[in-house]
Amino acid sequence: MPITEIVFYAFSLVLIAAAVAVITVRNPIYSALFLVLAFFSSAAIWLLLEAEFLAIVLILVYVGAVMVLFLFVVMMLDINLAPMKEGFIRYLPVGIVVAVIMAAELLVVIWSKGRFDQHAFPLPPPHPAGYSNTKAVGELLFTNYLLAFEAAGVILLVAIIAAITLTHRKRAGVKRQNPSMQVRVQKDERMRLVKMESEPRQGN
Amino acid sequence: MLTLAHFLSLGAILFCLSVAGIFLNRKNVIILLMCIELMLLAVNMNFVAFSRFLGNMDGQIFVFFILTVAAAEAAIGLAILVVLFRNRGTINVAELDELQG
Repeated sequence: MPITEIVFYAFSLVLIAAAVAVITVRNPIYSALFLVLAFFSSAAIWLLLEAEFLAIVLILVYVGAVMVLFLFVVMMLDINLAPMKEGFIRYLPVGIVVAVIMAAELLVVIWSKGRFDQHAFPLPPPHPAGYSNTKAVGELLFTNYLLAFEAAGVILLVAIIAAITLTHRKRAGVKRQNPSMQVRVQKDERMRLVKMESEPRQGN
Repeated sequence: MLTLAHFLSLGAILFCLSVAGIFLNRKNVIILLMCIELMLLAVNMNFVAFSRFLGNMDGQIFVFFILTVAAAEAAIGLAILVVLFRNRGTINVAELDELQG
C-alpha cells in the first residue's frame, strides 16, 4: 500500500470520527474543538490533493479565526445545556435513517458504472519540484477573477460592519466623544473676547 | 490506488453526517452553525478533488470564495446569536417563537 493511501485513510478516519463527535457530544466547547480537529484533518487531505495554499488558508482562517470566534461565543454565553439535548434521543432514529439513505444514494452514484474511477478521471502527474500552488492561485485570482475578488472584499467589509452594529450597545453613564458635535462647534462656544483697559506700566 | 471516487465518497459521508447533525441538535443554534460549517467543508472537499483530477485551478479559486463567504456568514450568525441571547436569555430554538404571531 503506497504512502498516499495510508495518509488518505488515516486522515479520513480521523475526519469522520471528528465529524461524528461534533454532532454527538453534549458540550458545545467539545463540539468546537472536534470541529477544529476535522478542519486539521481535511487540510492534510487537501495537501495530498496538492492544494497547499487552500490547506494553509483553511488552518489560518478557519482554525485561527472562525473557530476561535465560535469558542469565544460558546464561552461567553451562559447556556443551560440540559434542555438543549432533550430531543436528541427522539430524533436519533430519523436522523440516522436520513443520513444512511442519503449516504447510500450518493455512494451508489459515485461508485457505480465506474463514473469516477481511474479510467474516467486518471490522476494527472504531480507538479514539478519548482511549482508554486500559491502563485498559480494568485495569478488566476488577480486576472480572471479580479471582480469576484473585489466583491469578496466588500462582503467581508459588510460582515465586519454588520457584526459590530449588531453587537454594539450604548451604556448609560459612560463619557464618550461625539464627533459630529466636535465638528460642528462654533468659535463663540469655546472662546470669549474680553474688552479691558490697558494696564499702566509698572515701576518708573 | 486513490481515485476521484475515494475523495467524493469522503465528501458525501461528511455531508450526510452534518445533515444528521442538524436533525439531532435542532435545539442548539451553535451546533447548527457548526454543522453548516461542516457541510461547507464537505462541498469544498469535492471542489478540491475535482480541481486536482481535472488539472484545473478554477475549483480552488471557488473554494477560496466559499471560505470567504463562510467566514462572513459565521461572523454575522454569531453576532445575531449574541444579540438573541442578550434579549431573550436563551438560544433554545424551541423558545424562539416571537414571530409566530
